[in-house]
Amino acid sequence: MELKTKVDAEAGKQELFITRDFDLPVELVFRAYVEPDILEQWMGTKVLKLDCRRHGSFEFETTDPRGGKFRLNGTIHEFETNQKITRTFEMEGGPAGITLEFLEFQHLTNETSRLRIHTIFRSVSLRDELLKLPFAWGLSMAHNKLEEVMKGTQQR
Amino acid sequence: MELRRDVFQAIADPTRRAIITLVALQAMTPSAIAEHFDSTRQTISRHIRILTECDLLRQEHSGREIHYHLNALKMKEIADFIEPFRQMWDNRFNKLESIMKNYKRKK
Repeated sequence: MELKTKVDAEAGKQELFITRDFDLPVELVFRAYVEPDILEQWMGTKVLKLDCRRHGSFEFETTDPRGGKFRLNGTIHEFETNQKITRTFEMEGGPAGITLEFLEFQHLTNETSRLRIHTIFRSVSLRDELLKLPFAWGLSMAHNKLEEVMKGTQQR
Repeated sequence: MELRRDVFQAIADPTRRAIITLVALQAMTPSAIAEHFDSTRQTISRHIRILTECDLLRQEHSGREIHYHLNALKMKEIADFIEPFRQMWDNRFNKLESIMKNYKRKK
């Protein structure tokens, strides 16, 4: 089965892609990102501030399973309704530092859409820290014998 | 899935990654592996031992020779480790999808 959500993290790069296809018109996916009460539900976070416009900013507060609270915040640089949001993102005290995120909302059909999040980290190690992977490497051996071996394994 | 921390330490090392890539092409003896590196035979043996202990490499005995080959299953387990991160986003987006489907119906 084709996965609805994909993560691509190539070895040695300070970027990460998350791609998701939705059975929803693009307008509804976009709305889920800009309306605080909806965003709170699916992100599992409290919205302290969400000012969706160029030069706007946001601040969320999340409670982890142990009851610890941490804040997420960022500034919005580009905002085009139903098309894109470009923003900085910081998990305060988190491992990944401050990242730059490009969210692209794409119309596929009237009932389906695609969201692509391109995240850029300050360094490769900060990205890998977030993924808890020293081996995003393991995923990036395209055109390599090793990948064929691994594909063979999956088919078995 | 249980993966010991040392598997990640094992593959975080560039020499050990190079060894894995070599051995992925064909099973090799320790000396054939060592020939590809400037490091001492001893150093390479230590890397091979660590990879074997993590079950990334396996030994094949043919006569007096030992060949090392790649345990592809173990490699796949490692590749799957990005899965929790993917899963987290998948869950969030599934939630988004179901919330917005209801939302649509209400309108």
